[in-house]
Amino acid sequence: MRVKAKRDLLSLGACLLLYAIIQLLIEVDVIGQFWVLNIVLIGINIILGVSLNLINGFTGQFSIGHAGFMAVGAYVGAVMTVKLHLPFIVAILAGAAGAGILGFAIGLPTLRLSGDYLAIATLGLGEIIRITILNIPYVGGASGLMGIPRLTNFTWVFFATVFTVFFIKNFINSSHGRACISVRENEIAAEAMGVDTTKYKVMAFTIGAAFAGVAGALFAHYFYIVHPASFTFMKSFDLLTIVVLGGLGSITGSITAAILLTFVSAALAGYPEMRMVIYSLMLIGLMLFRPQGLFGNKEISLKFFNRLKGGSPRDAA
Amino acid sequence: MTLLKTSKLGIMFGGLRAVSNLNLEISSGELVGLIGPNGAGKTTAFNLLTGVYQPTEGTIEFDGDSIVGLKPYQVTQRGIARTFQNIRLFSDLSVLDNVKIAYHFHVKYGLLETVVRMGRYYPEEEELEHKAIQFLKIFNLDGKKDEIAKNLPYGEQRRLEIARALAAQPKLLLLDEPAAGMNPQETHQLMEMIRWIRKEFDLTILLIEHDMSLVMGVCERIYVLDYGMVIATGTPQEIKNNPKVIEAYLGEEVQ
Ligand SMILES: Nc1ncnc2c1ncn2[C@@H]1O[C@H](COP(=O)(O)OP(=O)(O)O)[C@@H](O)[C@H]1O
Ligand SMILES: [Mg+2]
Repeated sequence: MRVKAKRDLLSLGACLLLYAIIQLLIEVDVIGQFWVLNIVLIGINIILGVSLNLINGFTGQFSIGHAGFMAVGAYVGAVMTVKLHLPFIVAILAGAAGAGILGFAIGLPTLRLSGDYLAIATLGLGEIIRITILNIPYVGGASGLMGIPRLTNFTWVFFATVFTVFFIKNFINSSHGRACISVRENEIAAEAMGVDTTKYKVMAFTIGAAFAGVAGALFAHYFYIVHPASFTFMKSFDLLTIVVLGGLGSITGSITAAILLTFVSAALAGYPEMRMVIYSLMLIGLMLFRPQGLFGNKEISLKFFNRLKGGSPRDAA
Repeated sequence: MTLLKTSKLGIMFGGLRAVSNLNLEISSGELVGLIGPNGAGKTTAFNLLTGVYQPTEGTIEFDGDSIVGLKPYQVTQRGIARTFQNIRLFSDLSVLDNVKIAYHFHVKYGLLETVVRMGRYYPEEEELEHKAIQFLKIFNLDGKKDEIAKNLPYGEQRRLEIARALAAQPKLLLLDEPAAGMNPQETHQLMEMIRWIRKEFDLTILLIEHDMSLVMGVCERIYVLDYGMVIATGTPQEIKNNPKVIEAYLGEEVQ
């Protein structure tokens, strides 16, 4: 069998093992409710961070409205289970589809223009989605959509997260992913090399939005209620922080930052006003001392450790 | 057989006629030079041919079809690849990845095969890697395939840019001042290389160059551009002795 294919199976096996261990610890109550909550949030934040990184870090487009797509996924997903009594998996897929279609509809007109139109469009979009939801009585308006069954658990979150990470990792390590990266590196050269830059910008943006929708559906089905106030610009800013802190263009960076920031956020839950101060200080510190983010655009992997031990760098395919 | 033919090609930038009434006719397999003083419109002509700018007048026929109105990536996919006057590599990527991206539009595996890594994904990725390394070997860059492009010495960056353009498998290669910033020895090697790749890849080459020794040594035919217009065309011998050309270069030595 191909070495690389073997490596894929190996990492999948490692994930299953990790799942079994954590699930066991939850079963025997070593990991209590509080920690399960945080693990669920970590998973959701990893999905959000990695999917935003695909747009901002790998493709080099500046989207600042990721919470908007999360909101769409949350509401579409919740409507599926609460109003239409459909299975959870349908809710997740519908949330992904809803957010993805919206991403496509926003991306197509804005991404064909060069410049920062996407940033402006996504900034506005996040707010428009929120205000639209506020004014739809069918989904509860300002008081939120209530009575959502708690269908999200560790298992769903874990496998959705693994799926997202593998999906985006495999996408990046392909000709399609390299086309996205070439857009970030030099759009003019990318076009000159035969890359349809608009297509790949829209593709990355749509995939990123769809996964934000998945995260939204999982989020809605953990907290019994979804509320427009959960998806303000502050939420988009939090997600941007994950991507920038971990490193634009590093999947493992986003994972690390999602874990770190979820803990910071939990520790500061009692002092909401302090949270923004600390986030801001953290970002300023980052810009001063490590502007490329914790990992830059590098990935942490077993091969990376091999290299540290003096192994051949060429293994890092 | 005529590969590229432009007729009355022109573009205005505001009031400035950067290129006007440009009639090029290049046959398959030719190696043609495009020279002229700074600001004559040479790079603009390349930008017109590759769809970066849309002409305000005239036609471009490539391989029998009109390519006016196509986007740059479509022009590349039809078979015209180029390099840039100021090098445009994917500077944070490895040398190997730079070449792989040029091969991008020949890849057939779809999104699903990519994500589940089945079907054509592994076979095509392996073939692509193999081909990219072959290209690097030709340009003597295979030893540096894992280096980050921006860390290469200047001359090697130029070479990589040419390798990358060739990996797109063009019929026509446009080189914009490939010898800029090179020393005489590097320029000489480049000349040899240009001759060699033309033969090896069955290419047609149109090159812009400032270095007269290179143009005169390597090109079979030359167009001279001044103020956006062709003022002379002919063999290097004819160009050398053309009084209009000597005048355009205003004392710049043509030899
Ligand atoms: N995008 C543009 N907008 C306005 N003027 C341009 C543009 N591109 C080129 N020009 C002008 O067109 C003329 C030809 O430029 P160029 O083709 O770069 O010359 P060169 O022969 O040195 O390559 C110059 O006067 C330049 O300033
Ligand atoms: Mg020029």
